[in-house]
Amino acid sequence: MVDNTWFNRMANSTRLIAENLACERGGRVVFSNCSFELHAGEMMEVRGRNGAGKSSLLRLLAGLNTPAEGRIELENGKVNTSLAEQSHYIGHAEANKPALTVAQNLKFWAAFLEGTLTDVAFETFNLSKLKNDQALLLSAGQKRRLALARLIIAERLVWLLDEPTTGLDATSLVALQTVINRHLHAGGMVIAATHGDIGILAARHLQLGGVS
Amino acid sequence: MLALIARDIALARSQGGGLGAALGFILSVLVLVPLALGPDQALLQRLAPGIMWLSLLLSVLLTADRMFQQDYEDGSLDVMMMGHLPFEVVTLTKALAHWLTVSLPLAVIAPPLGLMLNLDIRQLPLLGLSMIAGSLALTMVASIGGAVTAGLRRGGLLSSLLILPLYVPVLIFGVAVTTSGTGADHSIPALTVLLAIAVISVVIAPWASAAALKAYLR
Repeated sequence: MVDNTWFNRMANSTRLIAENLACERGGRVVFSNCSFELHAGEMMEVRGRNGAGKSSLLRLLAGLNTPAEGRIELENGKVNTSLAEQSHYIGHAEANKPALTVAQNLKFWAAFLEGTLTDVAFETFNLSKLKNDQALLLSAGQKRRLALARLIIAERLVWLLDEPTTGLDATSLVALQTVINRHLHAGGMVIAATHGDIGILAARHLQLGGVS
Repeated sequence: MLALIARDIALARSQGGGLGAALGFILSVLVLVPLALGPDQALLQRLAPGIMWLSLLLSVLLTADRMFQQDYEDGSLDVMMMGHLPFEVVTLTKALAHWLTVSLPLAVIAPPLGLMLNLDIRQLPLLGLSMIAGSLALTMVASIGGAVTAGLRRGGLLSSLLILPLYVPVLIFGVAVTTSGTGADHSIPALTVLLAIAVISVVIAPWASAAALKAYLR
């Protein structure tokens, strides 16, 4: 990844604004009155007890669900492109196909997300040796790394990460921190739901529900 | 879109399942029907197109609930919904991949197998043609059922109940192509209606399945 991404050239004027968001699932209000503002190059860690709505918030932002109240707006993003199209979403379900190899999985997502698959994508999360293994054979941490490699193959302004560190070993955690820092430096934004510390010093915090 | 078709075909190849199970179903019907009805060759010949259609229809139904389930469960649909492609195009593409990997091969393989039922060999081209047209409609309608039941563990029964009424027109006109008498005068109207049903289902089904899946993804 280079620093000269399209969102870097927007002179850091991009802002992601969420105002009075409320989320409803199955008739139950998960959270309400959630507001925040995120600027280019900033990261926000979303915290809260189980069921506080961390994942639901990320899915709202990813456009997979519509807020019951409030609005989400991306200022000075790409024109005529929805927030979802400018975002990466890495959820608990990792969107890997067990029957395909690591390389086939990434090749498909590179084509679908209109990105490019280079060796860098494999190297970043140390997947080069696993290239020709079926995703079925991967361990939980390796599957997570395969999902995280999507961040590399296609360029997106906003990264929505749902507990990205689950199952990662120390080396991979450092790799993730490096990738996030580079993305922030290039003017990107990261919103991560997490219980532990991801290890990005400048990260802001958003507390959902009561303190866990 | 091409990448998605290629991926689904690769998946179908490496996982097998769908086509194999459906083909096995058709074969077992063909083997059992003569045993059940007795060795009356004239009777079998009269019934052959209808039985072929029934077994094609039910075998496609058998594979319907697999169409979106895996992609829903492993989160692929989440990412696909966020992409630049309209979600309706995604569902259309996945249905087309199902047609190419399951229904179309079945529609091509099934008619020659009908000879086991003493099918009139002169009817073979017409039956093949009508089944190819009909199989597209069968897949598209099945995709609606598959989408509605994508999040249910045992969705097979529900999707059968939903899909079967929609299959009736396909069955009626599909069988009519070969049984309404011999010669072009009789079969062309039925074949045209069948094609029309196929085209309409291609237009409507992607929207219906996209709407159903969106409700699941919330």
